[in-house]
Amino acid sequence: MIEELSTTEQGDLVINVGPQHPSTHGVLHLVITLNGETIKKVEPHLGYIHRSIEKMCESLSYRQFIYVTSRMDYLSSHINNHGCALCVEKGLQIEVPPRAKVIRVLMDELTRLASHQLWWGAMAMDVGALTPFFHAFREREAINDIMEETCGARLTMNYMVPGGVMADIHPNFQRKVKEFLSFFHTKIDEYDELVTDNVIFKNRMAGVGHLSPEDAISYGCTGPTARGSGVSCDIRKLYPYEVYGDLQFEEISEKGGDCFARYLVRMQEMRQSIKIIEQLIDNIPGGEHLAKTKAVLKLPKGEFYSRVETARGEFGVYIISEGGTTPYRIKFRSPGFSNLSALDHMAKGHKIGDLVAIMGTLDLVIPDIDR
Amino acid sequence: MAFLTTYLKDVLGGVRSLLKGMKLTGYYFTHHKEIITQQYPDNKAELKLPERFRGEVIMLHDEKNEHACTGCTACELACPNGTIKIITKFDVTPEGKKKKALDTFIYHLELCTMCNLCIEACPTDAIKMAQNFEHSVYDRSKLTKKLNNPGSKIREGVE
Repeated sequence: MIEELSTTEQGDLVINVGPQHPSTHGVLHLVITLNGETIKKVEPHLGYIHRSIEKMCESLSYRQFIYVTSRMDYLSSHINNHGCALCVEKGLQIEVPPRAKVIRVLMDELTRLASHQLWWGAMAMDVGALTPFFHAFREREAINDIMEETCGARLTMNYMVPGGVMADIHPNFQRKVKEFLSFFHTKIDEYDELVTDNVIFKNRMAGVGHLSPEDAISYGCTGPTARGSGVSCDIRKLYPYEVYGDLQFEEISEKGGDCFARYLVRMQEMRQSIKIIEQLIDNIPGGEHLAKTKAVLKLPKGEFYSRVETARGEFGVYIISEGGTTPYRIKFRSPGFSNLSALDHMAKGHKIGDLVAIMGTLDLVIPDIDR
Repeated sequence: MAFLTTYLKDVLGGVRSLLKGMKLTGYYFTHHKEIITQQYPDNKAELKLPERFRGEVIMLHDEKNEHACTGCTACELACPNGTIKIITKFDVTPEGKKKKALDTFIYHLELCTMCNLCIEACPTDAIKMAQNFEHSVYDRSKLTKKLNNPGSKIREGVE
């Protein structure tokens, strides 16, 4: 702290936002240097929720380590588990049954919808509108109920296992998802009516927190954050996994690069997720939901990498195996960490009130950043 | 003049967007039927959790106080957190042979993350996830549970 103070100019103010400040997400600690109300520097301090998940995984078997990844990006827990299962399957060269592939994609897209709904509510709350939060949670509850019925949990599912999915879908699953979609179609228009078209919201978002495509690439931003700057980086399109290659959907990208562009990307992604679910929900192939695997999984010696598109961007799993029952080293590439690194660049020169809007559009999940 | 027109358009458009949002808020304010809040714990009687909901691990006993656990420790090995500890003993069969059997099934609820891996691993379906989710107790030691009933023994024919 003393060093930081000495490097700042006379009259600058250094304040701490977080780790318990209600407007920051989770336990993020930001040290902000201010000149009046203008931000000169934003420095995120990490480590408050570090659980050394990568190290923990080294002592867990290839079946066991997947449940830990639900605790990283807890809003995309299905997709995190999916990435890990894909990596183990790559090492073992297991062919996943077609039914499991479709169920996995359906679950991923439902998770993406739930995550974006929470983001929409939380971000509107960040910029001062409380009502959207309740609207978003009403719809998210429907998804949570669907998850609860099929997977047995609402947030940390641990449903994807190497070789497929843990259990077959619940008999009510298809009916409930269809009910939800017909209900959500009208609600997403309400979202636009309530927030997107609102003049106050638009003025707070447009032109704030600009990120150029070059900067987005050099900071390693992925997901809606990068696509808001016009960078094409959707893993589902670029490196299709499971059945994404056969599906009709668009990669959303906006040219603006400001907060409003990032907001629009996520809003349109919700519509694309609905489109994907509609294509699959009536076409779930029959057969097994789980491929036959050995009782003890042993990955051959070597290095394996797989990536998936979470609600926040690219999630990568890198496993080094020495041929044993546990990984030698696991590295997770989490989207939140890279997206957060661009915060200083985006917030510089803006007023402190805009910082909250910028953070809102980054969609930060702190356990994902700290691991 | 052109400036004035755009200015007025902006103002009117802005007011209209606000009214649109307020109309929606007003609709929900006056339509109480669509309130979906659950009045927990008042609705405890009708609150029904899905069959697959993971609340806690239980061991299934039939009316004769018999279970299906052979003490094979597959669940103990599958658990990522050391939640389960199985103590085995040696029963003597009528033929005079020694046979491994379950003595105590210890379950640490405070360590459990409800990942369902033990249930998946069990070869005889002796354990199951129960729907009880209200786990708060005043003493931490109460969270360490013995799952097999006192005096229970293994069901005949389960290997």
